[in-house]
Formats: sequence, structure tokens, C-alpha cells
Amino acid sequence: MKIRVNGEERALDGVATLADLIAVLELAGKRVAIEKNGEIVPRSRHGEECLSDGDELEIVVAVGGG
Amino acid sequence: MSQDQLVIAGKAYASRLLVGTGKYRDFAQTAEALDASGTEIVTVAIRRVNLGQNADEPNLLDFLPKNRYTLLPNTAGCYSADDAVRTLRLARELLDDHRLVKLEVLGDPHTLFPNVRETLKAAEVLVKEGFDVMVYTSDDPIVARELADIGCCAIMPLASLIGSGMGILNPWNLKLIIEEAKVPVLVDAGVGTASDAAIAMELGCDGILMNTAIAAADDPVLMARAMKLAVEAGRAAYRAGRMPKRFYSATPSSPSEGVISARK
Repeated sequence: MKIRVNGEERALDGVATLADLIAVLELAGKRVAIEKNGEIVPRSRHGEECLSDGDELEIVVAVGGG
Repeated sequence: MSQDQLVIAGKAYASRLLVGTGKYRDFAQTAEALDASGTEIVTVAIRRVNLGQNADEPNLLDFLPKNRYTLLPNTAGCYSADDAVRTLRLARELLDDHRLVKLEVLGDPHTLFPNVRETLKAAEVLVKEGFDVMVYTSDDPIVARELADIGCCAIMPLASLIGSGMGILNPWNLKLIIEEAKVPVLVDAGVGTASDAAIAMELGCDGILMNTAIAAADDPVLMARAMKLAVEAGRAAYRAGRMPKRFYSATPSSPSEGVISARK
């Protein structure tokens, strides 16, 4: 399965849900927010949100800025 | 003095200085400067997370005690209404249904001037979605009025270009915006040093948002303190009501009577 994460295409196997992806990306327990195909996926739904080929994800954090 | 609070979206703040968290040496210096500034509202930016590297990278939010600071996520770097709205939806999710946001939609990478058309468009969407929108804009009084009419909770005109430190370039426009505004007006961008902050506050601004003036000073922590004092001094002077200016006409401060006579 190929998905785009933060603008980069990644080939991922054995990743069914968003929670799986978060684990693979070593982001578990980190404070992030995720948008899938233009829609926010609330943290409470990461476990059940299924991923499919061609999905586009944005994963963001808070950084210093004015 | 204790009653003179800044009220934004129904919440009262004792400090009228809002501070950005960008461009400091490290998060420890960020925290120290924020502390010295006395600020209660701090801006943060929303960016893609670094993937695959620096897994143990420190997180800015760990340096900003939640009970001390109200976070103000911004849309810095967004050039369209759509990107700005998506960024703030992500911020709301990231910060647990957080509503207070800073909207800025830029129109040009060189000047970072706001794209007013896109800003108005984004403001309409965000207000409808329940965000409390503090909006960065040009110092055009008509645009400021339209943004307030849309329902933005604070209007934040530039005093000069973002990060330029050029000071208050058009006090007359700021004054026009302040006199008409039904919501707080904060100068956002352009302040370079303490006197700039005092001038903005003496004009009647409700507050000031700054980042580079503090972060790019040789001693950011000391400059943060200077800005705190300047904002307080400028606000006090505004409330005190300055004396009228008398052009080319001096009036002595000491009694004119009883001066000893000149010896012959």
C-alpha cells in the first residue's frame, strides 16, 4: 500500500489503521494532529480509522512561531 | 490599575503583551523570555512533524505550562484561505478543542504583506466554525471594520512588515482603526524596540503581539522585560491622557513671580 505522509510517498505493509501508522512512524504518545484526505481524524478515532492505497496524510505538531 | 484588563473572546488578561515563540536559541531561552515578558498569550506555529529522525526531539509544548499561558496557534506561512482554515482545524485537534487562534494569510513572500481577500474568506469560515479569530491584517480601516463585522474577536494590523523592526510607520491609520473598533485592536508586527511598543500603546492599542523584537535582540530575556515595561508605561500614559502639545510656545514649569532681581 502506498500513502503520502507529509508530502512524501511511502510504501507500507501491515499497516491497517491510523494507529498502526503512528506506531510505525514512532509517533506513539507524541502530541500530533492528523488530517486524512483533507479531513481531521480526531485522536479518539485513530484506532479505528482505516488506511487505503493513495491516502494523503498530514501529521503536524506545534513549533515555535509568531 | 488592577481593573484595566485586556478582554479577548470573553477572557480577561492582565498582560497586554502577546509574545511569539519563534527564533529563540532554544526552548529554555524561549521559556525564560516569556517569563520575563509577563505575557499570558503566546503564539505557536503548526508544522509537519519530522519523520524518522530526532525521535526524542524536545516538544515546545512541554516548555509552555498550560495553566500559565493561553496558546495562540497561528497560520504563518499560509498563502490561501483554504490552507489557513485547514491549519487551524489541525490546531484545534492538536490542542484539545482549542478555539482562540491567530489568522494570517500572506500575499507575498518578500514583504509578508497579508492577502486581505483570502484573509476575509478564511475569517468567515473560521467564525462560522466557532473559532475565536484574532486576525492579522493591513492597517486599512475599512478592512479592519469588515473583519470585525464578520465576527473576529480582535483586529491585529501591522505597524510595519513582519520581522522588520521598523516601528510604527502609520500611526494615523492605527488611530483610525482604534477609534472605530468595537473589538480589541492589537499591533501585530513591526515593533523593533521598547519605544515602538510604548508609542503603539499611547495611540490606544489594546495590546501588542511581537516575536522578533524580543527573539532577535542581543539579550532576548532583557528585551522581553523592556517590552513588558514599555507596554505597561504606554498603556498608563494613554489612560492618564497626555498634555496637549503647544507648538513653538513654551510655558514655564516654575512660578514666574518672585524671581530675584538682576544685579546692576
